[in-house]
Amino acid sequence: MIYRSHVLVCGGTGCTSSKSMEIIDLMNKLLRENNLENEVKVIHTGCFGLCEKGPILVVYPEGATYSRVTLDDVKEIVEEHLVKGRIVKRLLLGDKEAEDVSKALEDVGFFKHQVRVALRNCGVINPENIEEYIARDGYRALGKVLTEMTPEQVIETVKKSGLRGRGGAGFPTGLKWEFAAKAKGDQKYVCCNADEGDPGAFMDRSILEGDPHSVLEAMAIAGYAIGANQGYIYVRAEYPIAVKRLRIAIDQAREYGLLGKNIFGTDFSFDIDLRLGAGAFVCGEETALMTSIEGKRGEPRPRPPFPANKGLWQKPTILNNVETYANIPVIFLKGPEWFASIGTEKSKGTKVFAVGGKINNTGLVEIPMGTTIRTMIYDIGGGIPNGKKFKAVQTGGPSGGCIPASLIDTPIDYDNLLELGSMMGSGGFIVMDEDTCMVDIAKFFLEFTVDESCGKCSPCRIGTKRMYEILDRITKGKGQPGDIEKLELLAENIKAAALCGLGQTAPNPILSTLRYFRDEYEAHIYEKKCPAGVCKALLRYVIDEEKCKGCSLCARKCPVNAISGEVKKPYRIDSDKCIKCGVCMESCKFGAISKMA
Amino acid sequence: MKSLAELEAIREKALKEMSLRDNTGKIRVVVGMATCGIAAGARPVMNAFVEELNKRNVQNVNVTMTGCIGVCKLEPIAEVITPDGKKTTYVKLDPEKARRIVVEHLINGHPVKEYTIGEAE
Repeated sequence: MIYRSHVLVCGGTGCTSSKSMEIIDLMNKLLRENNLENEVKVIHTGCFGLCEKGPILVVYPEGATYSRVTLDDVKEIVEEHLVKGRIVKRLLLGDKEAEDVSKALEDVGFFKHQVRVALRNCGVINPENIEEYIARDGYRALGKVLTEMTPEQVIETVKKSGLRGRGGAGFPTGLKWEFAAKAKGDQKYVCCNADEGDPGAFMDRSILEGDPHSVLEAMAIAGYAIGANQGYIYVRAEYPIAVKRLRIAIDQAREYGLLGKNIFGTDFSFDIDLRLGAGAFVCGEETALMTSIEGKRGEPRPRPPFPANKGLWQKPTILNNVETYANIPVIFLKGPEWFASIGTEKSKGTKVFAVGGKINNTGLVEIPMGTTIRTMIYDIGGGIPNGKKFKAVQTGGPSGGCIPASLIDTPIDYDNLLELGSMMGSGGFIVMDEDTCMVDIAKFFLEFTVDESCGKCSPCRIGTKRMYEILDRITKGKGQPGDIEKLELLAENIKAAALCGLGQTAPNPILSTLRYFRDEYEAHIYEKKCPAGVCKALLRYVIDEEKCKGCSLCARKCPVNAISGEVKKPYRIDSDKCIKCGVCMESCKFGAISKMA
Repeated sequence: MKSLAELEAIREKALKEMSLRDNTGKIRVVVGMATCGIAAGARPVMNAFVEELNKRNVQNVNVTMTGCIGVCKLEPIAEVITPDGKKTTYVKLDPEKARRIVVEHLINGHPVKEYTIGEAE
């Protein structure tokens, strides 16, 4: 079959929920009706990154990238572009008037600043076809490693690259592998942390959905390095598409002899099995994850002994994050020096971020370490919507902290973020504007960690709950002098005494917001005001006497009879009775009611 | 897979099938496919280009379509654009001529003067 055109449609979870699979079906149907099914091939791929503008569709060989494609657009794309060769300009992403449409994206900030290493194949190949992975140099690194290198050389290469764990802690990967290689054991294991529990994070999901083989190949290389012949991928069950693509990838790899016995004719054998997580954030923690694989309730345990010496079933085990693994094959193909040439002195390579919140271009981006927050927000993110002012960015999810607008020129890397009271984490990047209440944000993240605490150790089980209660009171206007000091004392103790990372980092959002936005906490407590106008209990609904016509509509709608007055005279709201539901403001036909902080 | 050579063979074959997605440094053949073009028989011309290129294993050429170039009476028209931007416009094509262009111009670098628009005036 000689195809003259390939149409790539994004099959990541985001675009799938916007009907990208139905778009593929409809397109195939219309191609058949136009007798083009032997000329045009439709392929689903992984995440292109600009999720805000999905579903994304790219037509080759022209390289035209179409965005926000709906089922109603498919007919036009087939009839205009695929039959007649006329680009559908209104759907084009980037420079719509570009003469060479494949260059239309060249000046689009979102793509221009990215360096796609871990995401190199996402949006380019069909993840369910191993041959497309092979075409892009897939499994070549494994071949090179097995036939030309010793395990020690493999570890040296990873150490030289400077790769640090991308799951959050940033531990040097080469060093971790070295510990496990040196450990004594008749059986060793290679594990992959695909639990991705941070709310709003989908970096790992996109890699698993768009390029699952990169993880399989890397795990085999790791197995060779440390002397393991079995791997486990612990993937959360809430990622059904990722699970499906992983299963297909493992089956195909086995079929092609790239997993299993005697790979490439050497005496190295390696196989991988899946284990599904059941929705516990704590199971993303190293020791809790292994306990879960063993079939027990996911709870962490003290270290030492570290998993590199005694991990899964007390055997030497390494656990690395999906994104860490995705970088491995490239390090062997292009060399550790190439990898180390990207990034900063202590943070080499790139990092994938899931950009969300108050930002125009929500989606997935991969940038070299050292890129500033300013570039991320304005050049890549497209700025804050509705002309609002940038206030802060939260990195590291519920374990991280916020960086205020005053530090916007900070280059992003592991150490800079730690110094500022935050952390890289797995790659969450939530942008906040002037309408975000920082106390409310801290409460939001703490609510999550309180819910997810496994309960094994008291500092986390009890401490985080007490912190949450204080925050809750503050946001409801019942904060008391001494609350901030209590929060700080609790935070200090929980950080020092909690058993695992969940507890140890749970106080971070509070400490971080206190460091940069203490005035907001004080306003809530001492003035009973929410400066951002978010905390409902601290809002006052006020009727403007000049605009009020005395029609009594609001008084009649008020569910608690808090509004009173005489017809044709201005009405008044009793703040004590008011439950801040906002119905009065919605009903007023004269715009006389507004909410004030 | 028992050897690196086998992996390489699969890689070559798959790369060829995916070469359509690679835009860099390629020669573009743009075939006029508006109503005038289609009526004059541009589809068989385009198919001839694609088949001949495939038969001869040429990887650095992309065949695309476009709308009306303007000189409708000279359809089927195809433009050959090299990476450095040089454009050769071929007119009054048929599948036979297309195949000759593939061999002489696209593979060997010699434009077929007699089929160009200059000669047609």
